[in-house]
Amino acid sequence: MHELGIVFHIIKEVKKAMQENNCSKVSKVVMNIGEVSTVVPYYLEDCWNWAVSKEEGFQGCKLEIKMLDAVTWCDDCKSEYPTVAHGKTCPHCGSGNTWLLRGNEVEILEIEAI
Amino acid sequence: MQIIHYLSARKLKIMEKVKVIEIKKSIFEENGREADELRAELKKKGVFLLNLMSSPGSGKTTTLIATINAIKDKIKVAVMEADIDSDVDAIKIKEATGIESIQLHTGGMCHLDAEMTRQGLDNLSEGLDLAILENVGNLVCPAEFDTGAVRNAMILSVPEGHDKPLKYPLMFSICDVVLINKTDVLPYFDFDMDKCREYIAMRNPAAKVFPICARTGEGVDSFANWLLEEVALWKN
Repeated sequence: MHELGIVFHIIKEVKKAMQENNCSKVSKVVMNIGEVSTVVPYYLEDCWNWAVSKEEGFQGCKLEIKMLDAVTWCDDCKSEYPTVAHGKTCPHCGSGNTWLLRGNEVEILEIEAI
Repeated sequence: MQIIHYLSARKLKIMEKVKVIEIKKSIFEENGREADELRAELKKKGVFLLNLMSSPGSGKTTTLIATINAIKDKIKVAVMEADIDSDVDAIKIKEATGIESIQLHTGGMCHLDAEMTRQGLDNLSEGLDLAILENVGNLVCPAEFDTGAVRNAMILSVPEGHDKPLKYPLMFSICDVVLINKTDVLPYFDFDMDKCREYIAMRNPAAKVFPICARTGEGVDSFANWLLEEVALWKN
């Protein structure tokens, strides 16, 4: 249950933001989730709904997930390509000298709170 | 009419109060900060923390016993065993090596974070040279949460296959050391050692690879010596 651990970390982070902004109830949390972040959105939502029902000030809080595409950079032919379709090998030149540019985000973008 | 007016006014008031707070922060950031703090404290105390990870059944506990027996006369070692439940591993280590060994329960969680590691360390005695954290058997989640360890090690056992670095890229990219365990069964599996080294290097060119057999003790000394050198470096 990888997603459950992540949910606990989100709640911890959101609580801190609520404290700093003198809020007592949160109604929405918006997340950026990268395509290759290893987080399964469906499980994340499931764990979220279970965890927020037990947390004061979080009851009914919605989780909005924005999926971000994964992009890899090839350092040999200096080009970008979609990670999921081609993995570690550059489809333009066949090089393995590549690294992930973006797509592994697990990020809290913003929250709506009172 | 009056009631309707009252309700909409109240609703408007609530709408005005709702704040949109921009956070834009990775959920690993806070844990990363706690891990850095823990490492700095360990440096001050001269305690080396090794985070050992692997799949379930790769031989973590047997490898630990063989390694600890090779170094326990030279440095003071203690072990923290993290599992979802039970204390069989902690008891096994204590009985086989005689060193201090405690069990951490993660309460269903699949990994340990920096805060949980700190709580575990607080329960160990003072004056340690080396604390080993045996993380939960899992190759996905422990790779994402920095525990505050000085070095990360993982065990890949021969029956798991040489292509594991391709399937769990993150785990291999964060490990300083990969132990390839159960080399005694190499003749029975289509395990390609060269390919395995190549795949590990693809994920992490700096990773050290030690083929070992924890059961017979073969190759354990090379790993034990590496560990002793690392501990000595950390204490300088």
